[in-house]
Amino acid sequence: MTRDVAIVGFSQRQMKEFDGSPTCVELLVPIFQELWEQTGWTKTDIGFWCSGSSDYLAGRAFSFVSAVDAIGALPPVMESHVEMDAAWALYEAWVKIQTGLVDSALVYGFGKSSAGVLRRVLSLQMDPYTVTPLWADAVSLAAIQARAGLESGAFDESQMADVVARSMTDAASNDSAIRKGATTADDVLAQPLYADPLRRWDCAPVSDGASAMIITAADAPGFDKLKGNKAWITGFEHRVEPGALNSRDLKVSESTKSAGAAAGVDGVDLAELHAPFSHQELILKDALGLGDDVRINPSGGALTANPMFTAGLNRIGEAARQVWAGDSQRALAHATSGPALQQNLVLTMEARA
Amino acid sequence: MSHKLAAVIGVGQTHHRAKRGDVSMAGLLREAIDRAMTDAQVTFNDIDAIVIGKAPDLFEGVMMPELYLAEALGAPGKPLLRVHTAGSVGGSTAIVAASLVEAGIHERVLTVAFEKQSESNAMWALSVPVPFIMPVHAGAGGYFAPHVRSYIRRSGAPTHIGAIVAAKDRQNALKNPYAHLQNPDTTVESVLASQMLWDPIRYDETCPSSDGAIALVIASEDAVAKSDIKNPAWIHGTQMRSEPTTAAERDQVNPQAGRDASAALWKQAGIKSPIDEIDCAEIYVPFSWFEPMWLENLGFAEPGDGWKLTEAGETRIEGKIPVNMSGGVLSSNPIGASGMLRFGEAALQVMGEAGEHQVEGAKKALGHAYGGGSQFFAMWVVGADKPSH
Repeated sequence: MTRDVAIVGFSQRQMKEFDGSPTCVELLVPIFQELWEQTGWTKTDIGFWCSGSSDYLAGRAFSFVSAVDAIGALPPVMESHVEMDAAWALYEAWVKIQTGLVDSALVYGFGKSSAGVLRRVLSLQMDPYTVTPLWADAVSLAAIQARAGLESGAFDESQMADVVARSMTDAASNDSAIRKGATTADDVLAQPLYADPLRRWDCAPVSDGASAMIITAADAPGFDKLKGNKAWITGFEHRVEPGALNSRDLKVSESTKSAGAAAGVDGVDLAELHAPFSHQELILKDALGLGDDVRINPSGGALTANPMFTAGLNRIGEAARQVWAGDSQRALAHATSGPALQQNLVLTMEARA
Repeated sequence: MSHKLAAVIGVGQTHHRAKRGDVSMAGLLREAIDRAMTDAQVTFNDIDAIVIGKAPDLFEGVMMPELYLAEALGAPGKPLLRVHTAGSVGGSTAIVAASLVEAGIHERVLTVAFEKQSESNAMWALSVPVPFIMPVHAGAGGYFAPHVRSYIRRSGAPTHIGAIVAAKDRQNALKNPYAHLQNPDTTVESVLASQMLWDPIRYDETCPSSDGAIALVIASEDAVAKSDIKNPAWIHGTQMRSEPTTAAERDQVNPQAGRDASAALWKQAGIKSPIDEIDCAEIYVPFSWFEPMWLENLGFAEPGDGWKLTEAGETRIEGKIPVNMSGGVLSSNPIGASGMLRFGEAALQVMGEAGEHQVEGAKKALGHAYGGGSQFFAMWVVGADKPSH
């Protein structure tokens, strides 16, 4: 028996490169302001704060510390941080609300991939003793996964190209998408190979971003004065797989499958899937058992903007926006982390009065 | 809506050393995990989720090491969360693990915190210049020395109080086979004779830099009932508070975040007079003077009076409020694990399993951690009995 919790506010920025070198505080202040405008709430209505970010992306230790300044945290707040995509910060916050110790939470994430060479930075996620010294980079690892899928017949190049074309076409109307515009599968296949068998458009653009979300229990004291829309969380699960690539079948996503089964995916009409590579959407769709009648990534998805440590939370936010707008009755959002879909999270939500 | 009861049923830690060259990160973690699982009489099959914590990734040079560690943690197929809240992380990690049980989501959660600082260079990791932020480049001791100086000025404490703490904690460490520093000859006089590093902090008043890990198994009331564990450490309350690093109105000697967190903790645990109702406390004291400072911040003493408890010997194992029976952070400091070590030692005390540094008859204990520029706080109260209020 879980406590009824709704997503009631979401705000984000994503771009190829933040102008200048803004601090976390500068990124987050206007985003928080948008949440106050959406919900009519203020800082005092928030019971718990949780963020997701990465020191390695920032190139420094304790990078999340100064982000607390954006809250205006005197008087002090109850606050925590995960070194993961902010989708997992949302999970920690949701758990905290489930304990009954708090009633509402503001969750945020931020990351500036453009400050370094992302594919090399991510190679530091591998086994430090045996793999990292080989500098196995993130794009090449994804290419190995795509190759495994192609050679097994799990999917083919034209299906991958269809994913790219649909994403970029859908993103044309998304102001914050980085790579976008009406595109056909033929346009995609005409591109040269980048990391065989991946073309550049098969890989998410390197992106900077920040985002924030407010969730609340139905019995929160300030619930009555909320002016925003609500997307009620119906399932929230995540699972991890082995780090060693040779100890899992890269063509499938067992952790997505089990997280989806536990969260309950039946009846969803929309899915925002965090697939930074085109073939990964095909693997995820299969793992979740989504039919062709389920709309996938109407925002354009991660192939059109993939701000590290917020892209997963963005999927949840984009799905919530569809529910708020009445364009989805029951939506699924997914976040991934680690090389070749190692760790996956599934959240389901529904429209309800 | 009330939360469900949770208890620590297993505690395991590594031997802490300056350099654990005999094990990889995975091996270090398994040393703690295997001990905790044995203590809890469980196997990985019994564990529903894993929560791992450590301080900055730059301390070891691995980005999000929980990804590579997934197999060693027994995590594949399960949920895995990675917490990072600076120096308070060990405490925050245990609290997140407890909340998974308190929320009714899981029956048994494994939580582990570690630091293997010898794999990289912590001083370097802390010295990367940050745009728009004034560099300190003084190390933690240089950062905290003015706080200590300010405390001495405000409280009128005699200048040997810090040495009393250091001598006590190093003597306590001799009773703890896992402690890093084992210096049998440390006395107040020898501490006062050690080199001044960051006035008024002397060399022997500082913590070491350690490799180490600690793991806890946290279980629901039902899971405890079904087990053979007769002495669980029931969690009576958990609190976390944060405030900004710099703000004109911040009191860095007696931070409001710590005062708010402890006030909420005592209320949650049904404690009206901490010094009378808490039997012992593991408090995060990386520099000796933080013992009297935190005694005040936590409400064990009125502002300005914390040092009097220390001077009177009341913080020794046989005193009125024993502090850092294990030897504390002053004797072992694997940074990311240090907070959970405090939480774990508090649990060991109320379980009656603290060995030679056991406080006789301890029924309620405090575990405490802080981090950043004295701005992040995490704490819990554990008890030998279920909460009665």
